[in-house]
Amino acid sequence: MANDAEIRLRDRLSKLGGLDLLRGARLSGELERLKRQIDRIEAEPTDEEIWTKVELARHEDRPYTLDYVERLFDDWFELHGDRGRADDLALVTGIGKLDGRTVALIGHQKGRDLKERTKRNFGMAYPEGYRKAMRVMELADRHGFPLATLVDTPGAYPGVAAEQHGQGGAIARSQAVMARLGVPTVACIIGEGGSGGAVAIALADTVLMQENAIYSVISPEGCAAILWRDAGERQKAAAAFKPDAAHCLELGVIDGIVPEPLGGAHESPDEAARLLGAALADAFDELDNIPQGELRARRRQKFRSMGVLA
Amino acid sequence: MVETSKIDVSIEHKHPPEPPAKKHPNTCPTCGSHYRDDELDAALRVCSQCGHHFPVKARRRIEQLVDAGSFVEEAAELRSADPLAFFDLKPYKERLAEAEVATGLGDAMVIGAAAIEELPCRLAVMDFSFMGGSMGSVTGEKFARACESATAAGVPLVSISASGGARMQEGILALMQLPKTVCAVEELHESGCALISVMAHPTTGGLLASFASLGDVLLAEPGALMSFAGPRVVAQTTREKLPDDFGLAESNLRFGHVDAIVPRPELRPTLARLLRLFGAV
Repeated sequence: MANDAEIRLRDRLSKLGGLDLLRGARLSGELERLKRQIDRIEAEPTDEEIWTKVELARHEDRPYTLDYVERLFDDWFELHGDRGRADDLALVTGIGKLDGRTVALIGHQKGRDLKERTKRNFGMAYPEGYRKAMRVMELADRHGFPLATLVDTPGAYPGVAAEQHGQGGAIARSQAVMARLGVPTVACIIGEGGSGGAVAIALADTVLMQENAIYSVISPEGCAAILWRDAGERQKAAAAFKPDAAHCLELGVIDGIVPEPLGGAHESPDEAARLLGAALADAFDELDNIPQGELRARRRQKFRSMGVLA
Repeated sequence: MVETSKIDVSIEHKHPPEPPAKKHPNTCPTCGSHYRDDELDAALRVCSQCGHHFPVKARRRIEQLVDAGSFVEEAAELRSADPLAFFDLKPYKERLAEAEVATGLGDAMVIGAAAIEELPCRLAVMDFSFMGGSMGSVTGEKFARACESATAAGVPLVSISASGGARMQEGILALMQLPKTVCAVEELHESGCALISVMAHPTTGGLLASFASLGDVLLAEPGALMSFAGPRVVAQTTREKLPDDFGLAESNLRFGHVDAIVPRPELRPTLARLLRLFGAV
């Protein structure tokens, strides 16, 4: 299973190595990145390591979207409300300067203390949140601002009002808007990438994942409750569906892994932000000169090809 | 000597008496009337007493909808791999094999070309009896191929969903079938072809959060559950008292999430009318 991804990476590596180093710095950066990814694939995480990553992804001191915004963006201006009904604080949207150019940002936001967690609904958005996100995606498209999204949610909120307001449809349409955008888009899973609520803002040209983030179709608890009929079997469930970054990369679901400081992003939010900022800048640089139509076609082709058939 | 004068009532509570004698197997869950299988099939599997819509398997559904002999299946050979070597209480491979034996299908979706009242279209029909209609790589691939086939022929695509959502046994790749099918719908729409999405019971989770919600016209069968999160999950997470019609087609119509609720006997003429309206490209 590791072999396909590894061969692909090694192939890219040898091609890069063989090129004249016309664009020296950029190219060697790419080489290093690929080498690091190969190292990671070779060291496939064990079941215990997967569970450690689940815990790190949910660590209460882990930096959230606004922690990164504060460290990476200048002239940040937060945009509020879906222009229809409400302002969902579980999803933060805004525009700001990233490396000197205006970038639109959409990210889930969890809370630090009980009061803020309640206000942010533990990072679980209502349809209003996804409608706010769609509005900002369209704003970015209109003005040619690249779009960055930071994913960190246990999932879209499962509530009566959320259903009545059209949770499923909002998630579907949010993806559809992302599939239509003509601007470069980069998504990064920075904590929990929980199911539909996560992928709603992750249909991007480049999808990155922090080293200790998780990306999954269902929470380990939910999977255990359904398949094992016991939510206590969550570690087994996590080991079975492998939500860690290394496996996501191997399965071709993400395009790269963003390193974190030793011990996890919470150990040094400043360093984590620096590493994330560098990865976002690299990703946008790679997408910069691709014409609109091609960008869109490539993005759709990438997702079109996902999945494994017998 | 065992004390017999005291009865430990707590045990009685832990083990409630067995429910009364089993119901007749052919009992309508809504009105309790009995039915004969052949009569139910002749009535498109709708209860003649109360109108309860029983589930319909994919092949039977196609027979009900299309002109006799017009259906030509596509991509029937596709089968799921087991990329995660997934093992819960049973290996995923074994579950797949059992589902195939039980249903005679290769996956939870059947696609192909057909005509309804002589109007050509493409069909993507789901079957809940194949692993709860869950969407894995093959399901997503078949839907995408149905979109491409409709585009190539310049005809509308009719999808009929009946699914609990993404297939957990394929992990993150199952989740990726959401953006995959969304991208396929975008391409279909850009080519000028229509998607008519019919939601049967149940259309939940990843289905509602992807192509099923993106139809140009959204139809639902009476009483179909259409919710992103299931009633049990919502009740457990929020401890809210759920309304009686939580997530049902009727509630979705009231809140503006579907265009119409179409009883099964009217589905074929309704689809024909929509195919005439959208026409071929």
